[in-house]
Amino acid sequence: MSGVNAAGWRPTMGEAGEALEKFVTSSGDYGLMLEEPLSFELGAEGKCGVDIDKPDRAPAAGLSKFLRKAAPDLPGLTEPETVRHYTRLSRQNYAIDLGPFPLGSCTMKHNPRLNEKMARLPGFADVHPLQPQKSVEGALEVIEQLADWLITLTGMASVAMSPKAGAHGELCGLLCIRAALDARGEKRDIVLVPESAHGTNPATAAFAGFKVQSIPATPAGRVDLEALKAKLGPNVAGVMITNPNTCGLFEPDMKAIADAVHEAGGYVYCDGANFNAIVGKVRPGDLGVDAMHINLHKTFSTPHGGGGPGAGPVVLSEALAPFAPLPFVTRGPDGGIHLVEEENRGEGHGRAFGRMVAFHGQMGMFTRALTYILSHGADGLRRVAEDAVLNANYVLRSCEDLLPAPFAKSGPCMHEALFSDAGLADGFSTLDIAKGLIDEGFHPMTVYFPLVVKGAMLVEPTETESKAGLDRFIGSLRSLAKRAKAGDDSLHSAPHFAPRRRLDETQAARKPVLVWQGAPGEPGQPSLSEIGGS
Amino acid sequence: MTRYFTEDHEWIEVEGDTGTVGITDYAQGQLGDITFVELPDAGATVAKGDSVSVVDSVKAASDVYTPVSGTVADANAALADEPELVNTDAEKGGWLFRITLSDPAELEGLMDETAYKAFVETL
Repeated sequence: MSGVNAAGWRPTMGEAGEALEKFVTSSGDYGLMLEEPLSFELGAEGKCGVDIDKPDRAPAAGLSKFLRKAAPDLPGLTEPETVRHYTRLSRQNYAIDLGPFPLGSCTMKHNPRLNEKMARLPGFADVHPLQPQKSVEGALEVIEQLADWLITLTGMASVAMSPKAGAHGELCGLLCIRAALDARGEKRDIVLVPESAHGTNPATAAFAGFKVQSIPATPAGRVDLEALKAKLGPNVAGVMITNPNTCGLFEPDMKAIADAVHEAGGYVYCDGANFNAIVGKVRPGDLGVDAMHINLHKTFSTPHGGGGPGAGPVVLSEALAPFAPLPFVTRGPDGGIHLVEEENRGEGHGRAFGRMVAFHGQMGMFTRALTYILSHGADGLRRVAEDAVLNANYVLRSCEDLLPAPFAKSGPCMHEALFSDAGLADGFSTLDIAKGLIDEGFHPMTVYFPLVVKGAMLVEPTETESKAGLDRFIGSLRSLAKRAKAGDDSLHSAPHFAPRRRLDETQAARKPVLVWQGAPGEPGQPSLSEIGGS
Repeated sequence: MTRYFTEDHEWIEVEGDTGTVGITDYAQGQLGDITFVELPDAGATVAKGDSVSVVDSVKAASDVYTPVSGTVADANAALADEPELVNTDAEKGGWLFRITLSDPAELEGLMDETAYKAFVETL
């Protein structure tokens, strides 16, 4: 039995980390910690991964002036070198399939493999948007079914399926509002945006040509209803509210806000990015919302960065529905499914404000989202919201004795827990905790956002983490908070166990180097004029 | 020459009908390392409370609101290459823009240095 590790001892990264300080390897790599050069630095002249035949005929008329005089400056790599380069790089990445992403506001949750299986079915994966509609009726039916679910879940009148992401959906909603105002012959040009809204909201309003006015948050982290009412008037086109908001709180005055805005002749845009916290529990249509985007790639799985891309359909109230952008999936009198586009917009979409994308939206995401919805069912979606909120509150209550949670006093949070770095030892801040999390093997949480909290740390565990997984994360966060409160200097130089130590983020932002410049005089180095620099 | 302060942590130093505007030392301390400053164009007409400039730091992008109405006279060109001046010298060399006041009476609603210091104490 002498060979059995009865005590359960395992080597720790701490000892491995100290070993790194002592030994210098010839390759610069440390076992599985790789020092990967750029592909340009790896390549050599005369090496090539493919054999390309010399062309056997002259170029077509008029094209000869475009013939290359010299070989392109591409890194000379063999195929295995190329494969290894990218595989080695991918091993330095942190991914949702390796561990949790506690990032707030950008839910990074598990993407069920079933979604991928469905999205890869040839009838969905291999269709072309210009195919005859008769040959893609199944794909159109996926869009129709998903649209029905979104309308049902939100209690709204209609949904524009084509916007490609959250901010694109915001723009769609505001263009609908503008079209509705134009139809009323009114020139309202102010959009009110509370401090608790997502940062994209004011940017979208400005991009859509509106003037943005900010509404302060109450000390409890919610929209100040009285301050909002005071700003309403004949020039206010509408309000953009994120609910649940980016402090991780539900806006309880939503209905009162919507009523006041409607009474003043404006429209209510709701940023539905956090819909995963209330899906199956609250229908935004019942709260007086006129337009809301839904991040399919968040509420209904497939996080961006974990597979993406995004899709941001916008649900619309009766008042805005007539102005929704084309195209629409609809059924004719014979029950046949088809698309309403410019040529046949007379079929109930004559007032559409236009078109936001060339085709019908992000088909791959539609398939994944519908798979997620159908595999969970209505009761399962409600559980999604319950578990997302339960997990966030578990993190909140497990850490609030060490990290102040400024808005936790007013009750439970929704899908994300918000902490402040107030109370850490002098000279320690949110950044030290975030870098420390890398050493602990976690992706850091969202830092310094929202701005209404000093040194904000925003944690969104999502519904897909188990209690055991959350306990591991909480253990790490508590340990880091204790070290920062005790003034543990080693935290200032974290991360210690990453391919790079603490980077100079200020210098990177002030003097970014965006183009590979190689060593002076090296062959293959592009000159500044070649790369369009100055 | 008189210096006034706002609750949004801007300072304005007024001489005649011209005011020089920047953010306070307290504000730069809260923002952390400044990486970029977006400045208003000379000649722009602005109203008190308008967002006229943006200060980017490693933590956040923050709007700067003009404490008074008027016309932008010029902006601090040195900040293009040295945004860190706002960190090292917020209330002098790190000034953001100069403005020709259209309504000097607006200054009456602002704080003096003593009042601003007391205000910061409450935060």
